[in-house]
Amino acid sequence: MNAAPGAAGAMGTSAAAGLLACRACGQLSRRPAADAPCRCPRCGARLRTRKPQSVARTWAYLVAAAILYVPANILPVMETRSLFGTQKDTILSGVAYLWTSGSPELAVVVFVASIVVPLLKMGALGYLAWTVQRGAARRRHERSRLFRLVEAVGHWSMLDIFVVALMAALVRLRVLAEIEAGPGAAAFGAVVVLTMLAAMSFDARLIWDHGRHHD
Amino acid sequence: MPAIGPIGTSALVACHECDTLHRRVPLRRHALARCTRCGALLYSPPPFSAQQLFALVLGSLLVFMIAMAFPIVGLEVQGTRVSSTLPEAIWRLWDQERPVVAVLVFATTALFPLLELSALLYLLWHLLHGRCAPGFARVVGAVQALRPWGMIEVFMLGVLVAVVKLSHMAHVIPGVALWAFGALTFLLAAVVSFDPRHLWELAEDARP
Ligand SMILES: [Zn+2]
Ligand SMILES: [Zn+2]
Repeated sequence: MNAAPGAAGAMGTSAAAGLLACRACGQLSRRPAADAPCRCPRCGARLRTRKPQSVARTWAYLVAAAILYVPANILPVMETRSLFGTQKDTILSGVAYLWTSGSPELAVVVFVASIVVPLLKMGALGYLAWTVQRGAARRRHERSRLFRLVEAVGHWSMLDIFVVALMAALVRLRVLAEIEAGPGAAAFGAVVVLTMLAAMSFDARLIWDHGRHHD
Repeated sequence: MPAIGPIGTSALVACHECDTLHRRVPLRRHALARCTRCGALLYSPPPFSAQQLFALVLGSLLVFMIAMAFPIVGLEVQGTRVSSTLPEAIWRLWDQERPVVAVLVFATTALFPLLELSALLYLLWHLLHGRCAPGFARVVGAVQALRPWGMIEVFMLGVLVAVVKLSHMAHVIPGVALWAFGALTFLLAAVVSFDPRHLWELAEDARP
């Protein structure tokens, strides 16, 4: 788990050294003098010093995700039709059902994946975009670790969508009940996709671009 | 090696997350190089050889086919049995006029994992024959772009949650695809431990 011996030389950033790092294959190449679009000599991917309009794009995806987060939580994700009538479940009432029906462990898992992770992701990315915009130089280690966490856990929010899909596929017995995916499921899926796109648009290198002397 | 200038940029590596330059040093097996500034992973030696990865990808594709073709779970109520495969579940979502959800489930559990595995198989097949596959750069790029959107492991957890929920209503019978998805989760975890960037190193060894 150690850094490579000999790798510790304080060499500054590739941008400061007049180099461009390829995001696709990792190859470094020299930045041409002109501002002409430049491609990686090894893989042909477009080379840029930083992701274009990273903060603006992150905000755009985040705002869209936050707007859809409301219907995703208010509208039912699952509708159960049985002899006793129709029951509409939101994300939160689904968690409550698991809790009261004797599976508190799974209730916690679904609660973390469906409620905590999306909120944490939107909050964390908003905080990261905001601090980068202000040119903050503090807590860069913590912020870069936060970004890594957000990237790693993001797709687990899709859990409830898969649960609903399976329930709808299996519970289609007139004698028992029929389950359908509700309109909230589409909104919730869109929130997950949008927060993933927000994380992908955010350039973590921006966290380190300001206040080099604070190192 | 293609021309990269006289400064020997291939001896350097820039951190993906903070852009700090480091000198590349050879690593022991299972060792990792971390960024001295932000702690992000800089690079690690490939966990598998091309042959091993090829076998792993081929195995994953076979298990993937089983996972798609057989029922995941079945339900039994008053003598009536229902079961569903993943494609049937996706079709039912589409049928219920939930196209967004259907497309999302289809893409993340079936299409993207299948495309990624097929792309890897194609690249490795050519590399094992000592050549670069036609369209190499694009296909490697596709593998990298598809990777974050494959969610088989999340789906596996979803199956377990659904089984618990369903067991309150009826008798649940595990299907062949349930075990196949479980196996696939582990196989894919091994496949994604191979950074697609290593394919470029393999390609450079393959070139005359
Ligand atoms: Zn490149
Ligand atoms: Zn770094």
